[in-house]
Amino acid sequence: MKFLVCISNVPDTTTKIAFTPDNKEFNKAGVQFVINPWDEYALTRAIELKEAQGGGTVTVLNVGEADTEPNIRKALAIGADDAIRVNAHPKDAFFVAQQIASIAKDGGYDVILMGKESIDYNGFQVHGMVGELLGIPTVAPAMKLDLSGNTATLEREIEGGKEIVEVNTPFVASCQQPMCEPRIPNMRGIMTARTKPLKVVEATADAARTEVAAFALPPQKQGVKLIPAESAGDLIRLLRNEAKVI
Amino acid sequence: MSVLVVVECDGGEVKKSSLEVASYGSQVAQMLGTTATAVAVGEATEANLAQLGEQGITKVLHDAEPRLKDFVNGAYTKLIAAAAQKEDAKIIVLANSNIGASVGSRLSIRLQASIATNVVELPKIDGGSFTVKRGAFSGKAFADVKLDGDRKIIAVKKNSIEALHEAGKTAQVEAFSAQLSDADFADAPKQVVMQDQAGGILLPEADLVVSGGRGMKGPENWNLIEELAKALGAATACSKPVSDVDWRPHHEHVGQTGITVSPNLYIACGISGAIQHLAGVNSSKVIVVINKDPEAPFFKAADYGIVGDVFDVLPKLTQAVKELN
Ligand SMILES: Cc1cc2nc3c(=O)[nH]c(=O)nc-3n(C[C@H](O)[C@H](O)[C@H](O)COP(=O)(O)OP(=O)(O)OC[C@H]3O[C@@H](n4cnc5c(N)ncnc54)[C@H](O)[C@@H]3O)c2cc1C
Repeated sequence: MKFLVCISNVPDTTTKIAFTPDNKEFNKAGVQFVINPWDEYALTRAIELKEAQGGGTVTVLNVGEADTEPNIRKALAIGADDAIRVNAHPKDAFFVAQQIASIAKDGGYDVILMGKESIDYNGFQVHGMVGELLGIPTVAPAMKLDLSGNTATLEREIEGGKEIVEVNTPFVASCQQPMCEPRIPNMRGIMTARTKPLKVVEATADAARTEVAAFALPPQKQGVKLIPAESAGDLIRLLRNEAKVI
Repeated sequence: MSVLVVVECDGGEVKKSSLEVASYGSQVAQMLGTTATAVAVGEATEANLAQLGEQGITKVLHDAEPRLKDFVNGAYTKLIAAAAQKEDAKIIVLANSNIGASVGSRLSIRLQASIATNVVELPKIDGGSFTVKRGAFSGKAFADVKLDGDRKIIAVKKNSIEALHEAGKTAQVEAFSAQLSDADFADAPKQVVMQDQAGGILLPEADLVVSGGRGMKGPENWNLIEELAKALGAATACSKPVSDVDWRPHHEHVGQTGITVSPNLYIACGISGAIQHLAGVNSSKVIVVINKDPEAPFFKAADYGIVGDVFDVLPKLTQAVKELN
């Protein structure tokens, strides 16, 4: 079975967010980038399923410029077999989805996995766009994924519960916890990752449909009002009479 | 040309987030000098759909196909696309829910529309330009996004728009068939399992949330969280390590890698306020923090705080709520 896992390169989860002086771009200066945490579920699950089947391949795909390669190598160190980087600045979800679909179209992949959303842009859209562009089902967000022959059984989160869905390959799923325990690279993985193939391809010329006019930070909090623990009940009265939320 | 609003129903009731979406859509319609039509998905009753008039909706399209009761991506996408075509909808508004995001992203390709999710305000429309404000960086920032093209899809974040209530106004409910075939139900769920919710309040829909962290020491102490939640009519939530060790189920975990919530009130009990936790909760209107460590980072993000032991403070809060009620 051929797995394609799409990963995005995002600021480390502890990053204090700041923008360039014109507020048009995220300020990357001094920021560590990581594999999008949701994508780690997709990657690890693909590797687990490949191992369970005793064969197949896991290909990692990233749409990004050369500075994303350390994290692509990390994905190879975790256990992917090979990687493709579409050499482009990821302009918006539509642009990225078109690049993924154009790679997937001729690649013969059975299962396309990605994270539920990226923790920077929080679009939660690429999965559906790729599925629609390829004319195959999408399951989003998936909390569990098992394969038996060409049939996948997934648990899909719905508000207040879950759906058990069965789809045939090929399909797209966007992953979230508790799908698996994301793996971290070991020394052997890091050594072998250096020699695994990483192919760089140019983007198709497709345009984006959205554009960020400006980023902004949320307004600062006014400061906390402390209530002594002995008179904790006063808090409830403040929530009713002052904050008017209960 | 019109605005189409997708309303999600559950057990015959329009979801609260969909009342917000309907209000958003009807206000956009007004800005554009047109009307807003809704298309209903899920199990809907005519009486409840007619009430969408209170949110400014003039007409509701309803396909009574029983298999649409549960979410089916293929069928929902086709139904909404057919409704959009029928109404010549240039703007489609849906909830930023798992359903909204799943369907919205497929629709954006099918209808060749631009899309913005996680939207928190009404759009700015200026001549040909159409800009929406959306949450980004897991709640740590906002982005003003320009939507191109003459079709646009907007997924509205819960609790960011006040629902309208124009008492007595009703919408006309119209039977509608998207002519769905068996193939459209290929990804229909084999089974739907609903979670056991403390007090029956769904976390993603909740106005009030009481949340516990590692400071609660163990699952046996969660009755303190549940009792306060019950007294308030709140949903319960937790931090990631709490769900990682199975003190609480995963669907209660909030934060950067959990659910993002934006309730009117978020009460954090024994949670340190790590940046990844804050990311999922800091757009709550009012944040209350109870922590015995006065240096806990959560106090910086809080509106009200109590420096104290949760085991001592929580029963007092529950008692005070009961006295107030
Ligand atoms: C990639 C990544 C993603 C992550 N995503 C998330 C996420 O989505 N959500 C999330 O929550 N975390 C997430 N985390 C984890 C996060 O960094 C913190 O580890 C976590 O939020 C801490 O949970 P906590 O506050 O419950 O526990 P702790 O950090 O252990 O804090 C417990 C707090 O309880 C207080 N306390 C102890 N006893 C008492 C008492 N008796 N009374 C009052 N207070 C008491 C302590 O003073 C302390 O502040 C993520 C981490 C990473 C690396």
